[in-house]
Amino acid sequence: MVLRSASMDTPSVTPKALAKTEQALKTAENDEQSLIGGWGRVMVPGREVRDENLERLTADAVLCRGLGRSYGDSSLPPPGVPAVAGTTLADRVLSFDPESLVLRAEAGLSLRALLRVFFPKGYFVPVTPGTTFVTLGGMVASDVHGKNHHCAGTFGEHVRALKMRVADGRIVECSPEVHADLFWATIGGMGLTGHILEVEFTMVKIPSPWIYMESERVPNVDAYMSGLAQAAEAFPMTMGWIDVLSSGDKLGRGILMRGRWAEPGEAPEHFPEPKSRPGVPFVFPQFALNPLSVKLFNEAYYRKPLASGVIHPEPFFWPLDAIHDWNRIYGPRGFTQYQCVLPKSAGTDAARRFLELLSSLGGASFLCVIKDCGAEGRGLLSFPMDGISIALDIPVRDDTQALVDKLNEHVIADGGRIYLTKDNYTRPEHFAAMEPRLEAFMEVRKRWDPELRFRSAQSVRIFGDPVG
Amino acid sequence: MKAVILGATKGMGRALARQAAARGDSLFLLGRNLADLERSAADCSAHHPNNVEVGHAPCDLGDPDGFEAALDAAERALGEFDTVVVTAGLFGTQEELEADPGRLRDMLTVNFAHTVLFCEAARRRLMKREGGVLCVFSSVAGDRGRKPVVLYGASKAGLSAYLEGLDHRYRGQGLVTVCVKPGFVRTGMTEGLQPPPFAGEPAAVATRVLKAIDRRSPLVYAPGIWRWVMTVIRFLPRFVMRKVGF
Repeated sequence: MVLRSASMDTPSVTPKALAKTEQALKTAENDEQSLIGGWGRVMVPGREVRDENLERLTADAVLCRGLGRSYGDSSLPPPGVPAVAGTTLADRVLSFDPESLVLRAEAGLSLRALLRVFFPKGYFVPVTPGTTFVTLGGMVASDVHGKNHHCAGTFGEHVRALKMRVADGRIVECSPEVHADLFWATIGGMGLTGHILEVEFTMVKIPSPWIYMESERVPNVDAYMSGLAQAAEAFPMTMGWIDVLSSGDKLGRGILMRGRWAEPGEAPEHFPEPKSRPGVPFVFPQFALNPLSVKLFNEAYYRKPLASGVIHPEPFFWPLDAIHDWNRIYGPRGFTQYQCVLPKSAGTDAARRFLELLSSLGGASFLCVIKDCGAEGRGLLSFPMDGISIALDIPVRDDTQALVDKLNEHVIADGGRIYLTKDNYTRPEHFAAMEPRLEAFMEVRKRWDPELRFRSAQSVRIFGDPVG
Repeated sequence: MKAVILGATKGMGRALARQAAARGDSLFLLGRNLADLERSAADCSAHHPNNVEVGHAPCDLGDPDGFEAALDAAERALGEFDTVVVTAGLFGTQEELEADPGRLRDMLTVNFAHTVLFCEAARRRLMKREGGVLCVFSSVAGDRGRKPVVLYGASKAGLSAYLEGLDHRYRGQGLVTVCVKPGFVRTGMTEGLQPPPFAGEPAAVATRVLKAIDRRSPLVYAPGIWRWVMTVIRFLPRFVMRKVGF
């Protein structure tokens, strides 16, 4: 069915007006004119082409894109390349063995769709990021981590095999045993080693679909950090939120949350019904987000009544999924997320020093999430390492590049690194300085893709890949 | 419901099969590509509350000689099925079909003649027992001759007329015919086309169609707004239709 006209409701248009509409549509279909962006809504020229058959779709593709939840330019085409391959129509579960818990699916399957099927049956993914609007391919490419990182590691640790299209056109199966170099470069490899077609990983069985949670208000960042460390010993899932606008001895006050799956005896017997999702109907004007509104939000959030006990899993794992299109609140210029991990060697005051720098730079953020990470994963560019991860949303302003530069310099000095999935501003020399594994990654990448066919806007920006 | 679905590997058919499996229906899938059928059967089985196996057999709307064998296979697997769903069909833009007579012939033959032949084969089997439901995907494109879908729309107009007549003739004898008229839905079939206002998603269409099958509604537009859009378009005078682009 084709209905190309956008003027359905005004049928009595003149031929002249019609010619105009047709012209507008032609330009809209023109590659030069259509725009594509990451979750931060910073747009570049390009579009997405989708197909149910990933083998066919990826034959000539430069980059795959799932649900476009990476914040910066990870899922965007390099300059001069008109389109990326959208995987979301390839969304079938191919096998699941209730004994071994091994599941195999097409790479475009979303976590949301996967959980709709398996969560009510008592199964869950071993690791979930903060949103269900991600594809399995995206979870591998970003090697996502979650609230249970200190126990379970990243998602990549639970992946058993990948089916991939590599640069010479072949379709290969790789795993920790077969083509192990390709496999570990692909875990967290931002889709730059080849197109991920199928993902095989191990699910987990859960005692109930409900969460037992405790939360606690903490007066400052030092109390927060020691609380986090204590919580990690007793609870498989920990995380917290910090008010970055408080200062003095209130610096880094926040709310600490720790949780575990509820046992059948303490949980309600029924399945937690999916919650409805109100949306943000339009892009907020830029002035909506100002130091005062952010301060008020932070104050109110800090004072909110604390939930403890058995709770619904959705607000626990994916609080922002509750609001459709929440990225629109950051206004027409969009936003970026700055996420870094600071190693244990940076000392116990690393978080405090980072926050002090942030407030001296005037960085205002709605959401600052601090979480401790466990050991580094085996993925060659996997983000987390033993230490603490700090994530904050930053609305794009004229000085955003300078702000990110200063934060990056601090992170380099502390021996930490940033998360490519969130990044839109890091300079190549900064990334090279924070990533000793980069050389090993590029070596494997060039072994499988000597001409660097697989690229993204981000790989051009950070790794200096060829354009066009 | 014990349902045979022709076209379950892609788009709206895939979404429909999945939702039917998720609510515990027994399914048998028919389609052109065996490897693709296997993957979809595994997907439906994973969606089923008890992971029951979902059978499949090859069936190509381009080859009417294979219809009876495909339905035999379905009967062997399901026993006496009570529902037959057809979502398969061919599509091309007006420009593509005008430029390629071979493709045009295939589209007209598959979407009308062979789909009707398949429905007749299904009808005979359903009416041998107490009847059942025959649910077939036509299109809003068949509701009015329109510039961008002259050829595709003509094939679907013929199909819609057949389905309406079938419902009038046999409902009294237990055979319910459900004619589905999707508007623009974001599937692999419409990929690359500029989505108009009210473009739908396959999962929402599937939910609506399953409800129509349960309620035995003879006609369902999906998304629902197309019912009102097409009501307006059907009443537009010819001089307007000649001028506008849709």
